Amino acid sequence: MGHRRFDYDVLVIGAGGAGLRAAIAAAEGGAKVALICKSLLGKAHTVMAEGGIAAALSNVDDRDDWTVHFADTMRGGQYINNWRMAELHAREAPARVRELEAWGAVFDRTPDGRILQRNFGGHRYPRLAHVGDRTGLEMIRTLQDRVVALGVSVHMECTVTALLKDADRIAGAFGYEREHGGFLVFGAPAIIVATGGIGRAYKITSNSWEGTGDGHALAYRAGAVLVDMEFIQFHPTGMIWPPSVQGILVTEGVRGEGGVLLNSERERFMFADIPENYRSQTASDEEEGWRYTQGDKNARRPPELLTRDHVARCIRREVREGRGSPHGGVFLDISWIKKKLQNAEEHIKRKLPSMYHQFKELADIDITKEPMEVGPTTHYVMGGVLVDADTQMSSVPGLFAAGECAAGINGANRLGGNSLSDLLVFGKLAGDHAAQFIRGAGPQPPAIDTAQIEAASRAALEPFDRRDGEPPYAIQRDLQELMQDNVGIVRTESEMAHALEAIGGLRARAARCGVTGNRDYNPGWHTAIDLQNLLDVAEAITRSALERTESRGGHYREDFPGKDAAWGQQNVCVQRGPDGTMQLSQRPIPEMPAQLRRVIQENQ
Amino acid sequence: MSMATATFRIWRGDASGGTFQDYRTEISEGMVVLDAVHRVQAEQAPDLACRWNCKAGKCGSCSAEINGRPRLMCMTRLNSLPLDRPVTIEPMRAFPKLRDLVTDVSWNFRVKQKIAPFKPRPPDAPDGTWRMAQRDIDRVQEFRKCIECFLCQDVCHVLREHQLHDQFIGPRFLVHVAALEMHPLDVEDRVDELKQAYGVGLCNITKCCTVVCPEQIKITDNAIIPLKERVVDRFYDPVARLLRMFRRDGGRSPNVRAEAPVAGGDPRGTGKG
Repeated sequence: MGHRRFDYDVLVIGAGGAGLRAAIAAAEGGAKVALICKSLLGKAHTVMAEGGIAAALSNVDDRDDWTVHFADTMRGGQYINNWRMAELHAREAPARVRELEAWGAVFDRTPDGRILQRNFGGHRYPRLAHVGDRTGLEMIRTLQDRVVALGVSVHMECTVTALLKDADRIAGAFGYEREHGGFLVFGAPAIIVATGGIGRAYKITSNSWEGTGDGHALAYRAGAVLVDMEFIQFHPTGMIWPPSVQGILVTEGVRGEGGVLLNSERERFMFADIPENYRSQTASDEEEGWRYTQGDKNARRPPELLTRDHVARCIRREVREGRGSPHGGVFLDISWIKKKLQNAEEHIKRKLPSMYHQFKELADIDITKEPMEVGPTTHYVMGGVLVDADTQMSSVPGLFAAGECAAGINGANRLGGNSLSDLLVFGKLAGDHAAQFIRGAGPQPPAIDTAQIEAASRAALEPFDRRDGEPPYAIQRDLQELMQDNVGIVRTESEMAHALEAIGGLRARAARCGVTGNRDYNPGWHTAIDLQNLLDVAEAITRSALERTESRGGHYREDFPGKDAAWGQQNVCVQRGPDGTMQLSQRPIPEMPAQLRRVIQENQ
Repeated sequence: MSMATATFRIWRGDASGGTFQDYRTEISEGMVVLDAVHRVQAEQAPDLACRWNCKAGKCGSCSAEINGRPRLMCMTRLNSLPLDRPVTIEPMRAFPKLRDLVTDVSWNFRVKQKIAPFKPRPPDAPDGTWRMAQRDIDRVQEFRKCIECFLCQDVCHVLREHQLHDQFIGPRFLVHVAALEMHPLDVEDRVDELKQAYGVGLCNITKCCTVVCPEQIKITDNAIIPLKERVVDRFYDPVARLLRMFRRDGGRSPNVRAEAPVAGGDPRGTGKG
């Protein structure tokens, strides 16, 4: 089977925020680096991030510092985060944001000319550096231009389908280029997977077609451990109408700027259910909540800015109990602020330009005049590749992971804004340490085994041998519906057991699926290949969710609705067993150092 | 729910040629052209090639020509099109065809490599940070809204009709240069390149790029015309020319940053450059 061969020191798979930042760090560390993009450069899902980058710059509120950010992140993650990652993240995020400015990013400004920061759910102080509601675009473009300036090799529209190994260590990767379907073999003693999320395992998602858990599945099949896979973030506010836009994100920034959630009875239902551990930080009435959004340092945040898992469940409850909006969501209203602000219309357009545009163009709604209809959408996976906090290396030597496809920083639930900072902080760490790993790896590069290349080629081409087989689209759709209905926001054992069995059936269908046409830019073929990753990820989510018999963060069990202290000491892991089946295990959380414990106590 | 249908006349083929094929499919409320393409793909033509990512007008992947107009497929509502006749969907014409709706846009990425990157002045504060007023960055932020959909490149006569890809960087990259040149912190000088390598003089200000920009960036008025003026100031101003003769630095004075916005139209007249 023909292929083209490339050799690099460090191969970065994925060109969103984490992959770009990792490539920059590895290149600056002296390594010969290549970056693989599943799409064109600059189109990765990071571009969709709206709200901002969380970093305790304390430009807007000088009471903020890394300790408060750390405590907020741990509280949001319900204390099963990797505390070392949470610490590194909170300490290093400010430097990573300032660095973007040095590379040309143009953040919104404070009156005295510094980087402006906004409020966001679960963050005690205004902490999100932002550019209107298109922060992700600003970040990806800045990093992309930096990558170009550094001369990193970029392979656009390529998909990696298998990692190659030399005994225990990473040796390279196998993939195809989209344009003509030609096979590519990359020799690389260090590989960083930074492939983002898994949203395409669900029917309603904010993720693009790329979010098929490629890095999760590649690492899993290469022997790495996945952890926390039961924790999926259902963002509370996705668009729900019209049907074709279902799932598209409505930034939390709308609520940060004063937007309120209302049910069909025009009641601000979020005031009705405030969790105990957030009560002391939450506004006691609507007036205090409004003052908070306008920067009053003595006010506490409105309940709309409670953590995403909680807000999503409250919305689901309102809809289930018959107080939903016409199309099965609730109302998100920012237009009401005209009662409070002169020029409210201009203010909304300036603060939330792409939201204004998105609703105007796609739903015929003018958000400065009328409420939006919103409902939960699958947004983010907290779980991913288990990595060493300080180096981002997985249990497979030479295999690193960063960003959404790595796990640890977020625990059971991610705070808004912590994703972009995660990409920057851990992308850089992964790149730094991959370059360092190369330097320490010795003169002998790992060998690439032709049998592995042949096996990967055969697996990739199999769907063409079954031209009469079922097309992959219907199988993918059935998987999405299965996960949506049975392993969604609220879970029970019986439904998840059903899902697990059904995933087996879908695997059998996928093994028989076929594609037509040739290898040139053939989306049917690509979908058939991605489907394998989605099935692995769906199984990992379902098994992990069955294992955790409690409710915490993004994992809510109707049959175990309470939090269980014993489970607060454990992470759930999956790993591929010697027989190829998925093996579950529990991993005790190491004890937190006294200094960090004190930080958490001081910020209760 | 009504089961209305519409016909989509989609270009199928590759670099060697192709034809339009008609696909009739169901349509429903709120659908955009990209939804129709996906439906055709899922039900009738599984190998129909198209690019897309965000489906919300933010990534700029799904550029195509719909009923002859360059647009994002994800932001073109079916209810904005006449459905009593077929909706034509074809790849961008200014770029080489790859397959179906996918074109080879790699030239754009090569162009960007030629442009001198951002180079900031030394930090303003001891902690390594800078101070910039919001009013001084409003214009640059407008340019940085660009999603690199390349629709402006597609519609630009200099590229589309005259194929001057080796002499002219196109509206997208003039916007990129403008964002760098008007960045309050940037100290790089790109004015010579604007005239020579970037070919800013080739733009004859027909504003087609501005019309198709899905981010409503005033490309011609706010980016290209001010850049043309910088070139004029340096190369054609007789006073500056005289001064240049006596100065070693080639007449490069510190750039005037962040022009006042040009609201609708071009108060300085067209045809310069």
